[in-house]
Amino acid sequence: MSKLNIQEGSPLQAHLPAGHVSEKWDNYKAGIKVVNPANKRKYTVLVIGTGLAGASAAASLAEMGYNVKAFCISDSPRRAHSIAAQGGINAAKNYQNDGDSIWRLFYDTVKGGDFRARESNVYRLAQVSVSIIDQCVAQGVPFAREYGGMLSNRSFGGAQVSRTFYAAGQTGQQLLLGAYGAMMRQVDAGKVQLFTYREMLDLVVVDGVAQGVVMRNLKTGELESYAGDAVLLCTGGYGNVYFLSTNAMNSNATAAWRCHKRGAYFANPCFTQIHPTCIPVSGDYQSKLTLMSESLRNDGRVWVPKKAGDKRPPEQIPEDERDYYLERRYPSFGNLVPRDVASRNAKAVCDEGRGVGESGLAVYLDFAESIQRLGLKTVEDRYNNLFEMYERITGENPYKVPMRIYPAVHYTMGGLWVDYNLMTTIPGLFALGEANFSDHGANRLGASALMQGLADGYFVVPYTIGDYLAGKAPVKAEAAKGEAFTQVRGEIQGQIDKLLSIKGTRTVMELYRELGLKMWDYVGMSRTEEGLKKVLQEIPKLREEFWNNVRIPGDADGWNKNLEFASRVADFLELGELMALDALYREESCGGHFREEYQTEEGEAQRNDEAYSYAAAWEYTGNFAQPVLHKEPLEFENVKPSQRSYK
Amino acid sequence: MSDNMRMKLKIWRQKGPNSPGAFRDYELDNVSSHMSFLEMLDVLNEKLIKEGKEDPVEYDYDCREGICGTCGVVVDGVAHGPVRRTATCQLHMRTFRDGDTITIEPWRSEAFPVIKDLVVDRSAFDRIIQAGGYVGVNTGCAQDANSIPIGKEEADKSFFAAACIGCGACVAACPNASASLFVAAKISQYAHLPQGKPEATRRALRMIEQMDAEGFGNCSNHAECEAVCPKGISIDNIAVMRREYLKAALKTGSATI
Repeated sequence: MSKLNIQEGSPLQAHLPAGHVSEKWDNYKAGIKVVNPANKRKYTVLVIGTGLAGASAAASLAEMGYNVKAFCISDSPRRAHSIAAQGGINAAKNYQNDGDSIWRLFYDTVKGGDFRARESNVYRLAQVSVSIIDQCVAQGVPFAREYGGMLSNRSFGGAQVSRTFYAAGQTGQQLLLGAYGAMMRQVDAGKVQLFTYREMLDLVVVDGVAQGVVMRNLKTGELESYAGDAVLLCTGGYGNVYFLSTNAMNSNATAAWRCHKRGAYFANPCFTQIHPTCIPVSGDYQSKLTLMSESLRNDGRVWVPKKAGDKRPPEQIPEDERDYYLERRYPSFGNLVPRDVASRNAKAVCDEGRGVGESGLAVYLDFAESIQRLGLKTVEDRYNNLFEMYERITGENPYKVPMRIYPAVHYTMGGLWVDYNLMTTIPGLFALGEANFSDHGANRLGASALMQGLADGYFVVPYTIGDYLAGKAPVKAEAAKGEAFTQVRGEIQGQIDKLLSIKGTRTVMELYRELGLKMWDYVGMSRTEEGLKKVLQEIPKLREEFWNNVRIPGDADGWNKNLEFASRVADFLELGELMALDALYREESCGGHFREEYQTEEGEAQRNDEAYSYAAAWEYTGNFAQPVLHKEPLEFENVKPSQRSYK
Repeated sequence: MSDNMRMKLKIWRQKGPNSPGAFRDYELDNVSSHMSFLEMLDVLNEKLIKEGKEDPVEYDYDCREGICGTCGVVVDGVAHGPVRRTATCQLHMRTFRDGDTITIEPWRSEAFPVIKDLVVDRSAFDRIIQAGGYVGVNTGCAQDANSIPIGKEEADKSFFAAACIGCGACVAACPNASASLFVAAKISQYAHLPQGKPEATRRALRMIEQMDAEGFGNCSNHAECEAVCPKGISIDNIAVMRREYLKAALKTGSATI
């Protein structure tokens, strides 16, 4: 066991319903309390974030009759980062008659997550996946179709069936606009009140129950209080703890982290996903990385030169001097191995000196063979917007030269711990979508994030919230004027005043870059005990440097991007430490968490099921170095854990 | 390719919605041709913060991959700058030459008030969508997805209209500050689909009424909107919108609902 001195608290109860995994959701729905239609309007639900999870939840709850207040950080709900998802959304429709089923999607997801997800949640996800596609089509989401009018599918990593629905390379956009439309319809009906330019800076807990939030109005700078009967945190993941990721610039962890500091346990923070196919870094000034959809691996072939240090341009390297290493090592899945496996292999060949491009930190993704086999027109139809995006950024034409790609941080499987109801350890606070930890285990399969966000919002929380609210005395809007809210607002104001008063010498961006690069180096694609111990020494020092030497221009009276950003970086500096600690404590490799000390002879992740078959949920104690660990033991009754093999 | 270009920048500075604004001049060295346009502005801001003489320039952005629609400035008189079908965040400095002067200003439209510097408020677009830019179907009452067959050609047309990112460049480019391309893209998305037909009349009348109420101008076929649209939304959609509007007006005998 670990040499770390970690205090362990009581194990967690996920409140799983009885019965076989395939019956749990039905049993649950049959047994829950519901709020009668005339009473729903007495309850107010605060939905924080309007991406796929938030917009779908806000729309669905308002349709049912609840009063919803929805908050987003941007000028419009449609900007949420769900919009950038490219490739697709999984569903067990079996429209291709290729043997897909709810069971198979469940199985693939549990295995893809390297046996660190909760079986019952994954099964429910696979069940409702079918209804999501129906719902989106009914909303007028223009999915790709065949000439006969039927929906089209493509394949994604970690699956041997075609179950991914898509709209060119803009699936996230189309799904989000569908959910956004559904929510705006409820705004029109007066059931959703929309608040834009609002950033949640704290949760207000009264008598142990979530009772509201404090928001900063980013346009006016004012702090505002809102009371409600439940708070739904739909604020996405924390990938931006790393300096360069595929996340949008405004994606951040502040809402979730501040809920954690108010008592919500944070689960599996070290489970982060590195996406194998991103456009490589080109300079120090770079602000973000751009993803090239996993769907490209349907037709693109990944390769590097066989010889280390081969600097010839790709067209001069003959076929027999190329190493199509994924096809060679994993003949069954080939280029479509899961993301963690593809990323680690790209790093390995680059570490061997076989990386391509100026930096040597890239591999080729080559479409020449597909263009020959399918014709240019078909390849254009499938991927043109992605090819155009690539050319805009790099100045190279991927129809003629192979793309250069490299892994980058993309998604976080960890998040606030939730039970089967999607409720955190604070009663009344729910977490949906990427903000929670539940369904993807240690590695998320491609096209499953859109599925989970919409599952939680359209089909899970509308049921589970009723069970919480039924019989509860409704909170009045005036509660926001109460003592508890005033006190929290005062604390937030104090933090903002402190930030502005430091007037040091280093910009927020400089300090953020320093943290984010350390996170990539030591808590990134591969991790070691030594590196993690080192970074755990360095983060607190950097945090101190930040609080003594940051320079934030302007004031708090209106629009000030640097101030917004500073308070997010302050939180990254705390969360980063928990991620490293979690990574150090988990002495095994699983999915996206790769500890170099724990690998098979072939370099694959080596789990230790006996010691680590649990979700690690951390409780904040006021001391970042000494959180308390609560374990949720994971039972695998249906998919027997095995060494994952994609060979 | 060059890694040390010197740029001269004329940037619109405005403290708030009700303050007067003006152009200010800046010079920036060591601009790399690989930088994106927004990264160039990031570098300028880092310099301004370090110098401490004036506040950094405020501009809005989020995904930086051309899909969220948050960013957008007028570059040398063209919304999103000189490269076709490219949002500001995807514009790269390789488009410019050493020594160039670049003029940068916000979207100009009465319906998009300036919040600060280059940031404008586009909530008018949300209110237009609110007036019918959706199919009215509650969660849980959908039939099997393949029970609504839609031919590939029509599905593709719907998708190309639905690809609008709501950035507002069409408004900024239009001499009348019309939002017709934005509104038409949404109306046309549904006009090509069987879904949402029962409310087509209501949708066309209400959305257009809301567009007018927000203070956007009318379309007089300049096609500047199509020229600057980062997603290449075609003005054919405006023809579709007019047809939908005319049908609705004839059906109800009124231009409003």
